[in-house]
Amino acid sequence: MHELNYEAPTSLDQAISVLAAAGENGRMLAGGTDLIIQMRAGVRQPGQVIDAKKIPELQALSFDAQSGLQLGAARACCEIIADATVQQHYPGLAEAAALIGSDQILARASVGGNVCNGSPAADTTPALIALGAVCQIAGPNGTREVAVEDFVTAPGQTVLAPNELLVAFQIPAPQGQVSDCYQRFIPRNEMDIAVVGVGSCVALDGDTCTTARIGLGAVAARPLLAKEAGDSLVGKTLDDAAIEAAAQLAQQAASPISDMRGTAEFRTHLVGVLTRRTLKEAAARARAR
Amino acid sequence: MKKVHVQTTVNGEETEFLCEPRQSLLEVLRDVVGYTGTKEGCLTGDCGACSVILDGRPTDSCLVLGVEAEGKDITTVEGLADGDTLHPLQKKFLEHAALQCGICTPGFLVTSKALLDRNPNPTEHEIRYALAGNLCRCTGYDKIVRAVQDAAAEMQGR
Repeated sequence: MHELNYEAPTSLDQAISVLAAAGENGRMLAGGTDLIIQMRAGVRQPGQVIDAKKIPELQALSFDAQSGLQLGAARACCEIIADATVQQHYPGLAEAAALIGSDQILARASVGGNVCNGSPAADTTPALIALGAVCQIAGPNGTREVAVEDFVTAPGQTVLAPNELLVAFQIPAPQGQVSDCYQRFIPRNEMDIAVVGVGSCVALDGDTCTTARIGLGAVAARPLLAKEAGDSLVGKTLDDAAIEAAAQLAQQAASPISDMRGTAEFRTHLVGVLTRRTLKEAAARARAR
Repeated sequence: MKKVHVQTTVNGEETEFLCEPRQSLLEVLRDVVGYTGTKEGCLTGDCGACSVILDGRPTDSCLVLGVEAEGKDITTVEGLADGDTLHPLQKKFLEHAALQCGICTPGFLVTSKALLDRNPNPTEHEIRYALAGNLCRCTGYDKIVRAVQDAAAEMQGR
């Protein structure tokens, strides 16, 4: 591995200073389950590595019935998926975070790292898009917020400037009959990268859908919000016909490539299947609330 | 490159070492501190040969920097036995012949210990999922799973 400096700031201000001093040469280190592999392979060679795990704001995991979940970018997945509040209010997020890897990986990996790594196939990104999560970003000029669906710009790239870091996700509180679901297709039980991943979140008023959001992974250069597909369900009863129409719109939003994990045709098929399944499961969970 | 002083606990003993920031915990454990029981496998977090228990969680030490170990509690495979008395997991791995070449064994033992520390009575399904981050190309896994089940039973006094 290349030579590097390591700093472990204990406050957000310190982290911003170190990042600003490093310029293009700095990189935040959360769990390291992507970055250390990339550094060993020479794909990324930051001269200044800044450990995110000792900054309190980046370890947040707190729920408020009004403002929702504040999820620090460096919080380890093993703690997120074991959290009773996350399991109760955001089961789709827990499902996505639990799929990131083995117990060894989940002990280190974070949702913030998963998103910042910028993979089109990241499992938690579509789940966060479905939930309407917002990225809280800090830099020397203050803070700004970006919707998760706008955060990743291309494979491995995000809206973060070199002097900015992702602090936390703000995830809206479910009001009433709201729930979510994330599913992916892989050709085995676990320990794989999504061929396609879909996250859905629906809000119901009786039998009527009031909002629906569908996030798609591994079907474009970046994770997508299938906005038309979700919007098509608003005001409707979530019967088979409405769900099928939304699934077709989600398929139209996808522009997958063919690679070793699957053909574009197969991926498009999977978008339909997983959109139907996640919408039905999210609706069932919402009705049970 | 300037070395960093790190204080940590390894197998219950306060340990300090000097390492370069680019060195992995795996490298430091093996080459600096001398715990060579932890094995290097894939170096990409896929095989689990380098598993250690870090603050109670099984972790791939190839994906942790040595400097990140500051203030942490680490258990390697050397920390399982009590003097000359093998840990029940080690005894059962031998009884069930749950190894052939042995390169993956320290990782399996450490991950299995982390599992039993949290869940003393796991189902076969739970064992197989907990060990999904450890690869073995010799045994076909079945003997490993039986050994963990048997060790759990013995530790539960069953």
